[in-house]
Amino acid sequence: MSSTNFLHLPRQQLRRRKIFGGIKPAPHKAASLRSRIMPMPLPPQLILPINQYHGTNSSPLVKVGDAVLKYQALTEKLDHTGAALHAPTSGRITAICSAPIAGHPDNAALCIHLQCDGDDNSLELQPCLNHDQLTGFEVLRKIDAAGIVGMGGAGFPTAHKLRLAIEHGTELLIINAAECEPYISTDEALLRERAREVVIGAELLRTACHAPRCVIAIEEDKPAAIAALRSALAHSPIELMLLHSTYPTGGEKQIVQAVTGLEVPVGQYPLNLGILLHNAGTAYAVYQAVAEGKPSISRIITLTGRALQTPKNFEALIGTPVAFLLKLCGVQEQHHLTTVMGGSLMGLQLAHTEAPVTKTTNCLIAATVEDFPQPEPELACIRCGFCAEVCPARLLPQQLYSFARTHNHTQLQSYGLDDCIECGACAYVCPSNIPLVQYYVAAKQELRTLSVAREQSEHWQTRFQFHQYRTKQEKDSARERRIPTALSPVELLPTDSSPITSVQFSRQLAQQEIADAVARANAKRSSRLATDTQMPQHPAKDKE
Amino acid sequence: MITMPLVDNFFINILFAIAALIGIALSIRSSLVFWYSSSNQQKTLIDQINALLPQTQCGQCSFEGCLPYARAIARGGAINQCPPGGEATIIRLAHLLNDYPEPLNSAHGSIEPTKIAFIREAECIGCTKCIQACPVDAIIGGAKLMHTVIASECTGCDLCVAPCPVDCIDMLALPAQNPWQWQLPTELQSTAAARR
Repeated sequence: MSSTNFLHLPRQQLRRRKIFGGIKPAPHKAASLRSRIMPMPLPPQLILPINQYHGTNSSPLVKVGDAVLKYQALTEKLDHTGAALHAPTSGRITAICSAPIAGHPDNAALCIHLQCDGDDNSLELQPCLNHDQLTGFEVLRKIDAAGIVGMGGAGFPTAHKLRLAIEHGTELLIINAAECEPYISTDEALLRERAREVVIGAELLRTACHAPRCVIAIEEDKPAAIAALRSALAHSPIELMLLHSTYPTGGEKQIVQAVTGLEVPVGQYPLNLGILLHNAGTAYAVYQAVAEGKPSISRIITLTGRALQTPKNFEALIGTPVAFLLKLCGVQEQHHLTTVMGGSLMGLQLAHTEAPVTKTTNCLIAATVEDFPQPEPELACIRCGFCAEVCPARLLPQQLYSFARTHNHTQLQSYGLDDCIECGACAYVCPSNIPLVQYYVAAKQELRTLSVAREQSEHWQTRFQFHQYRTKQEKDSARERRIPTALSPVELLPTDSSPITSVQFSRQLAQQEIADAVARANAKRSSRLATDTQMPQHPAKDKE
Repeated sequence: MITMPLVDNFFINILFAIAALIGIALSIRSSLVFWYSSSNQQKTLIDQINALLPQTQCGQCSFEGCLPYARAIARGGAINQCPPGGEATIIRLAHLLNDYPEPLNSAHGSIEPTKIAFIREAECIGCTKCIQACPVDAIIGGAKLMHTVIASECTGCDLCVAPCPVDCIDMLALPAQNPWQWQLPTELQSTAAARR
């Protein structure tokens, strides 16, 4: 099944490499790393989006008014793209309705509202003490039941990813702890304090996907995390690789290149090369699910930004409103300009802080003007080419920019807009302050709308063609039925014992008619000739 | 009198011969390519135009469906007669035909948001006239039985409204699928200003 060219790569060849392009922005991580990962007090209410990311497909198992216990399943997945959701604490379901989620003000999704009772009564957990003796299938089943999704940001269900990896055949498992984006420090904090658990999680993932090799890849500018990992990896077959600290090394295709030197082809995934990627946070969640029996109900979130008095990393419950977390860190409202979910380069500006934390939220930045100063006015593109130098996907951002402005869809596609990872490196270096990524996102959306419309019109066309075919068929069959009924002078036909086909029938009928017509014409002519000879002076009378 | 430079060198003669051969070969190839591509283009121009039309089969362009209109355009007809396609279709057609885009001919209708037909089922008498009028077979129902529109298949062509003897068909606007979309920054000046 595996058609990888990675299969025969010798062991020595695995060495760190540079990614294409990339930038080195100021990390801004020290502030949130000053404290340990903190547990969080219970919020009064949790808002749990049923679909934890846009692709999942789940349906609720509880109804309004139900009392639920901690770790109780709230939703079940409908197909493999879904992931189960569990109650982060005990309480009562007050509503299942549409509520605002992160992103634009109009973004809303179906959410379960859980009123916390404060008792935190939980179901009995079943820890697994001999987790190193589990088979891959058992690990996979536990991961599936725990509802783990990728903690890196895309939120793809981990169990489904593992299943795909088993189908494709995996040669290498990479645990992505690069975390290159400014402000985010969840993986660093996690590895610094819980490296042993992450390593066990990585081993479990390796068991589940049957990968012969596993590499934990981390950027070299995280000394505390590296030291902790080194000691945790002392007796482990898992390798550690220190990567250059360049943004965006942590991108899916970029980290594959940084670790193996292989480029993921256009339109393919690392899985096609026999490489499976998981985030360090996911590995930790896998450890919790398999060894401790805990479903995925919390995650580590960085709270940072100059508007916070005490920036730190929280182990936050899924569904906690953003405002609650900000208040815990002492947000100074007079300086608080905006809240960003995610890092400073790829994050999403929050329209309101009532939005809940989901399984994919890794960072919240309560920004002041100093964090995100007022953007300079956009100037014309001077074609300096800086953007092309830093593009990790090796695209030509300035060309894409001009095509996006002119809505040139064919060129946008042929210049590889779909390969843009929206990392923002081009906009970061642009001397004309052009918000390039926004152009690309808008153009991508345009292309998507266009292709949907094209599919729709093709569908309508086939239906119309079928409609025409059907009406023609109906007409033809109606005519065929009419011919024998309208012309049924069977007695006119010469008596013949053999069955008569419709062709013969009509031919004989036509011959008969022709013969009759000729006879009539002859008779007429002879009578006319007779009258003409009698009255040649009145030829006009004949015509009447 | 200009005298031809006498080329004695054997190799130069050979080079001339090779150049001449390459020249002849290239000219034959280019003419072949031109012939091939032109014949191909003739064959597919109607299809290319048809692919750009929205395929609602509404007949607002005064032709009986999108393909006949595509044929008319290929023969040199006006490209601004398709209201469902709107401005985008006109621009794409102009781009394909190397023509100038013109505003939509208002005689053929105006650009409106997509609508789909809805039968008020209580009033339907089951005459099947709308079923016969529908170009994409999006209406189901039997004689003297209630009819209904399959919303996902309806093109919003409006052709079923006129034949209905009891006037029980409404054209309803589709609920917006995605209320908010990313827009190009030039169209977002106010939002950007608000963010500052």
